[in-house]
Amino acid sequence: MMSDITLGQFFPGNSPLHRIDPRMKLILTILYIVVVFMADTIVSVLAVLLLSVLLIPVGNIPLRTVLKSMKPLLFIMIFTGLINLFWTKDGILVCSFWIIEIYSAGIVQAIFIIVRIAALLLGSTMLISYTTSPIALTDGMEQLLAPLSRIKIPVHDFAMMMTIALRFIPTLIEETDKIMSAQKARGADFSTGSIIKRAKALIPIFIPLFLSCIRRADELAVAMECRCYNGGKGKTRMNVLHYKALDFAALALVIVAGVLVFFVNKVPLPVFLLTK
Amino acid sequence: MSFIEIKDLKFSYLDEDEKSATVINGINLNIEKGEFLAILGRNGSGKSTLAKLMNMILEPESGEITVDGIKLSPNMSDKDILEVRKNVGMVFQNPDNQLVATVVEEDIAFGPENLGIESSEIRRRVDNALETVGMKEYAKHAPSRLSGGQKQRIAIAGVLAMMPRCIIFDEATAMLDPAGRDEVMRTICKLNKERQITIVHITHDMSEAVLADRVVVMDRGEIVMQGRPCEIFSQVEKMFEIGLAVPQVTELCHILKTHGVELPDGIITEDEAAVAIFGIGKGRVQ
Repeated sequence: MMSDITLGQFFPGNSPLHRIDPRMKLILTILYIVVVFMADTIVSVLAVLLLSVLLIPVGNIPLRTVLKSMKPLLFIMIFTGLINLFWTKDGILVCSFWIIEIYSAGIVQAIFIIVRIAALLLGSTMLISYTTSPIALTDGMEQLLAPLSRIKIPVHDFAMMMTIALRFIPTLIEETDKIMSAQKARGADFSTGSIIKRAKALIPIFIPLFLSCIRRADELAVAMECRCYNGGKGKTRMNVLHYKALDFAALALVIVAGVLVFFVNKVPLPVFLLTK
Repeated sequence: MSFIEIKDLKFSYLDEDEKSATVINGINLNIEKGEFLAILGRNGSGKSTLAKLMNMILEPESGEITVDGIKLSPNMSDKDILEVRKNVGMVFQNPDNQLVATVVEEDIAFGPENLGIESSEIRRRVDNALETVGMKEYAKHAPSRLSGGQKQRIAIAGVLAMMPRCIIFDEATAMLDPAGRDEVMRTICKLNKERQITIVHITHDMSEAVLADRVVVMDRGEIVMQGRPCEIFSQVEKMFEIGLAVPQVTELCHILKTHGVELPDGIITEDEAAVAIFGIGKGRVQ
């Protein structure tokens, strides 16, 4: 039951989005977020959303997968939308009943906020979550942040921890499964009773799991030492990342999008499309 | 000069009450280049500790270990420690607890990467190591999806990529099913015969020890017997006394002999037994 958990939302493939260097993807994501926040009229933010929607076919990700993963954030989007809708008192009064007054600026502001969140989410998940494997991401982060190790930030250590965590997640899931089965076979009950009772029932799972983790860590440390690990001093890599033409093309695209947004922001809008 | 020379080696662990428990008690052992050595012994006889002493995972308390001319000591340089660990690779019992990366080829590259080898050379070594253990088509797989025997072969490949002169297998077959054991044993024999890599194989399985050139039997931190497999296993009573078994055929022949059947000493394989009992020809009897 737990063995088919996939790590993150990575969707293997070979699209241009998949092939962008992970370091460049991290830079692009930051730039993209800047672009989204630069867009401060309803038209420009819609343009950004449109651009990020275009990434779905480029990355060859099924639309259903994308929509499904947006679902958990739907509540936040609607909630922020509603707050903006009721609390913005600007522009033309559209309707009022009881104590609620809705203004045109409120409607525009609500749509603006929802579109902005959607664009933010869609663009960054398309760039990172769906198209970058966790291992490539760790690699990218390590190599991008490598200069920080000069000011004594243990970049390599963090990357190593990430890699080991990723490596051991499936192993530990399997182990949890085994322990749960063993406890069930001896009459443990995990699915009935109050929340407190159920939480208590988990103790006999976590204690053996922790013990075995510590033992594993010990053995892994010895095995790593045997393979000449000494904290990443003088370490080389088999796969050295190189920026390719594609990476610079992607960078240029995001910059062009930023410039476009800058100009679209300046386009004068009719009064009922203004937020203030 | 032998590849590994051990002289009067002693080692003890401190237990919770600060009392020391002697695990290795004066061992003298020479391991030759290209030799296939099997170490037998009950649990707690000091086999694994001896293995860990041979590549500086543990430091000797007294006595001397020399690996390929480098004397092991607590104050040796980091460079020498790496050199020893590069030359004496180790494969452990639990395949899961020795694989580091989430992709097979990345894991194999871990050793050479730590040694600071150039990336094109690492690539070559990784391909080579995968080829040697027969796992080429699994280069991009996740280790967690492989069988025990396959994982253990990946662990061997990971050690091989460091180009060691010697590999110590610390009960590397103990957690595997018969098919996995077979895979790993075939790989070990291949490395020894084709690459002349010195093998130290610590095991509980007597049928694996039979494949070795020399067998060392340890008990309570001391070497109690050593010799060719047929010499060791012909001393059936003594092996039982130490708490060890002998290969099934050897035991069978021993029982037959005590019941008056006339058989030669030192039968350790099915073939020899078949010839001795029925005078059947060479064919492999399974």
